Amino acid sequence: MNDKKEAQSKELESKATLKISDIDMRFKNEVKKIPGGERLMMCFQCGTCTADCPIARFSDTYRPRQILRMAQLGLKDRVLSSDQLWLCAACYTCVDHCPQDVEISSVIRALRNIAVREGYMPAVFKELAGAILETGLAYKIPELRLKRRLEVGLPPLPKASLESVSKLFNRTGFSKFMEKGGNNNART
Amino acid sequence: MPELKYLLFLGCAIPYRVLSYEISARKVAAKLGVELVEMPDYNCCGLPLDPASHDIMLTLAARNLCIAEQQGLNIMTLCPGCAGTLRKVNKMLKEDRHEREKVNGYLKDAGLEFKGTIEVKHLMQVLAEDVGLERIKETVQRPLTQLSVAEHNGCHVVRPQKLIGFDDPENPKILKSLIEVTGAKCLDYLDETECCGAPVIGVNDKIPLSLARDKLSHMKAVKAQAVITVCPFCHMMFDTNQSRIERMFNETYGMPVLHYPQLLGLAMGFSPEELALKDLRVDASKVVSQI
Repeated sequence: MNDKKEAQSKELESKATLKISDIDMRFKNEVKKIPGGERLMMCFQCGTCTADCPIARFSDTYRPRQILRMAQLGLKDRVLSSDQLWLCAACYTCVDHCPQDVEISSVIRALRNIAVREGYMPAVFKELAGAILETGLAYKIPELRLKRRLEVGLPPLPKASLESVSKLFNRTGFSKFMEKGGNNNART
Repeated sequence: MPELKYLLFLGCAIPYRVLSYEISARKVAAKLGVELVEMPDYNCCGLPLDPASHDIMLTLAARNLCIAEQQGLNIMTLCPGCAGTLRKVNKMLKEDRHEREKVNGYLKDAGLEFKGTIEVKHLMQVLAEDVGLERIKETVQRPLTQLSVAEHNGCHVVRPQKLIGFDDPENPKILKSLIEVTGAKCLDYLDETECCGAPVIGVNDKIPLSLARDKLSHMKAVKAQAVITVCPFCHMMFDTNQSRIERMFNETYGMPVLHYPQLLGLAMGFSPEELALKDLRVDASKVVSQI
């Protein structure tokens, strides 16, 4: 029991202490380069985003203000490997409410993009991307559903040129992330 | 009045899981004289991959915009996610030369070029801005005066306000007025403007289901007889997942969740069968019996 308590308090201490060696001073610039991340350093930590976030209300750990602080400080590994990063619903309430015009939700998306580049892609995105490559759409719609469209008098579902979609996956470099990512299942 | 002719962008979730939305939307559009042309060769709007790569999102969205430009028609979507994404990317590529050049560089491989000649609207925007409440009112043959409902806007129809510029996200009125045109009463309820939580499903289920349950309980508290949605994801959250929520929290809601075009269609005089009310998971016969 005492051992467990000791381990817990050590863990807390290690989380509360920032080591200069954990800080990547250039990280904030990396985030600012991605569209939507430009105003990261304007965040003055008022906490409006967390207070108004519908997800934060039902989570003990998801705090958008903290994610932004970690990014500002350059705690790259900690923020990129955090499960919390994947809980934003992108409802944009924080973007509309931020007094400093920081696009919080977009900063979080920029952080997710960097996380994917570094190999932290939750499996769900690999599935979505795979479906788009195979069918043009984010889900592989079963044949029965496609048939049902016709039975209820709807026109057949148009099909995307897969060759064209696949070229865009290659050209944007996204195909490379798909090979790299997906192994590290960031899940909460 | 603008020409009421649009390319119908169906997206992914509606043909996969929410056919009743498409069926009812086509019915009411035809009644209002809105011509819908099938959008050929379209792909996913790009939004689901935005968390993984902003560039692939921009490029997938831009490919759709290019196809619409070739057709020379504006896009109408039924899904707020698709509408929000295509509207934002359209605006960004029209205004930001640097981004446009980058994305056009990617599109070149697929033989496409973004020119910025069309607009994108969600069904609600088409109804409120192009068709107009007056015209909708003229098609109401059976006012739903016995019905009191709650509305649920999709976040991406109104947010971020700076980029979308439609309605007031803090005090949304347009869906309310579209509901009231049918004769039904639209009730206010606590935390009405909050997200349903759907985008988080798959990463974590407990948080979004708790959020949706909270909203359902607020709707129930004001005695709403149904919830009206304009988004396939909000619809899945409240309709498809309602029994899951009931089991999880050991509560009963029995709250019917109708797509807005189903509500309008009933007021126009379409039968519940024509509007695919049977496709709904939560039995809506209580709503129909009020008519």
